[in-house]
Amino acid sequence: MITVEVPGALEAYASARTIVLDAPCATVGEALHALGARCPGVLDRVLDERGTLRPHVNVFVGEENARFGGGLGAAVRDGCTITILPAVSGG
Amino acid sequence: MAARATASAAAAAAVRPAPDGDVLVLVGTTKGAFLLWSDAERRSWRVDGPHFKGHSVYSLAYDGRGGRQRIFAGTRSFHWGSVLRTSDDFGRSWSAPDRQNVRFPEGAGLALTQIWQIAPGPASTPDVLYCGVEPAALFESRDAGETWSVVQGLLDHEHRTRWQPGGGGLGLHTIVLDPTDPRRMLIAISSGGVYRTDDGGKSWRARNAGVRAEFMPNKYPEFGQCVHKVVHHPARPGRLFLQNHWGLYRSDDWGDTWHDVANGVPSDFGFAMQMHPHDPDTVYIVPIESDEFRCVPEAKLRVYRTRDAGASWHPLADGLPQHDAYETVLRDALAADALEPAGVYFGTRSGKLYASADEGERWSEVANGLPSITCVKTAVVRS
Repeated sequence: MITVEVPGALEAYASARTIVLDAPCATVGEALHALGARCPGVLDRVLDERGTLRPHVNVFVGEENARFGGGLGAAVRDGCTITILPAVSGG
Repeated sequence: MAARATASAAAAAAVRPAPDGDVLVLVGTTKGAFLLWSDAERRSWRVDGPHFKGHSVYSLAYDGRGGRQRIFAGTRSFHWGSVLRTSDDFGRSWSAPDRQNVRFPEGAGLALTQIWQIAPGPASTPDVLYCGVEPAALFESRDAGETWSVVQGLLDHEHRTRWQPGGGGLGLHTIVLDPTDPRRMLIAISSGGVYRTDDGGKSWRARNAGVRAEFMPNKYPEFGQCVHKVVHHPARPGRLFLQNHWGLYRSDDWGDTWHDVANGVPSDFGFAMQMHPHDPDTVYIVPIESDEFRCVPEAKLRVYRTRDAGASWHPLADGLPQHDAYETVLRDALAADALEPAGVYFGTRSGKLYASADEGERWSEVANGLPSITCVKTAVVRS
C-alpha cells in the first residue's frame, strides 16, 4: 500500500487530496501510473506526453526528492508516502 | 471536455452582448486573461477578469461560426503544463479538460510547451480550427475544438531539426488561411521562417525568398528566418505583409517572393502587425528600436499605418505617450475590430491597453496595470 499526497492545485482532477494505492509498485513511475489509472488528469499534469517528469514539478518519496534518487525509476516500498508538489520556481 | 470550472464572481457578472452587437476584446497576459466589453461606440469599457489566474495566456480566439459563441484560450501553468480551454458563455464558465487536449503523438519525442495561436478555419468548414504551438507544430480540429491531431506533413518536415528557437521559444505563432482554397495555408515559425502548403498540409515548402536573416552568415537562406508576424486581407489573400526580426516585407504571390516595404518607419524591427478589416491596402505595425533594446524608438509610443500597401507608413500618436514610454508590443498584441470605422487595439508588456475607435487617429488608455500583455483579439458579438 502506497499513499500519494496530491497538491491542492490538482485537487480538481483527483477524487481526494490523499490517494491510497493498493497495487504493488516498485518505482515512482509505477506508482504515478497506478495513480494515473484512477486520476488521469493528475498524471497528465505531473508527466508530459513523453512520460517525462515536468521540469517544475517535484515528487518526493518520504522526504527525499525522487529527482535526485533515480527519477521515475526511484524505488518505493510498501507503506511509503509519495508527495507531489510544485517546485518553488515560478514566473 | 470533461468538466467545466466556475469562473470568478466578476466573470459571473459578465455583460451580455446587446442585440445590435457588443465589442469584445480578449486580452491575454502572463498572469491570466481579461475580457473587455463595450458597445459599438467604444467609449467606455468594462473589464472582466482575470480568468485563469496565475496562468499565462498567449493565445485567445473567438469563434462565432456554426451557431457557436465560443471563446478559446490557450493557458499555460508554469508547473502543470498547457491546455486549450473553451467557454460558451463568455467566461462565466470554462472547460477544464482532464487531460491535455493538444498533445503530440506517442513516438514524436516532443512535449507541448505552449499554444501560440488559435485560428478558426474557413467559414465553409465551421467545425475546423487550427492551432500553432511550441515546439513548432500545427494541430487541426475537425469537431469545433473537441479533439485535436497534429498535422503530420509539417511535423515530419526535413527542415525541422535545423529550426532554432527565437527569444520566445521555437513557436509556430502565425496561421494564414486562404479563403478561396482550403488546401492552401501559410504558417510562420520563429526561427524557421514561412512555410506554405498547397495540398491541405501534406507537403510544405519554405517561402522566404527575399526575407533577411540578420543573424545568419547567409543573410538570405532558404529557411531559418525569424518571422514575427504575417497578415493578409481575405479579399486579396495572395498579398501578404510580413513583420520580420529586422525587416518589413510584402509579397504579391502568396509568399513566393518578398520585397522590402520599410518606407518611412523609424525602425524595421518589430513584432506586431495587424490588417485593416475592410481595406486591403491598410496595415498597422508598432516599430521597435532594435532586438537589443526592445522598446519603441525614442521612447515614443507610436503605431504606424500604411494606407498604400507599404509604399509609405505614417505615425499615429494622438493620445499615446510621447516621452519616457519604454514600451514593447508583442506579436499578437495588436488587433482590430470589424466595425465601421474600425477599432484598433494594442497591449504593452507593461500592462497598458490602448484603444482607438477611429482607425488609429485618436487613442485612449483603456486599462493600466494589467499583467504583461501577450495577446489581444477582438470580436463583435451579437445575441
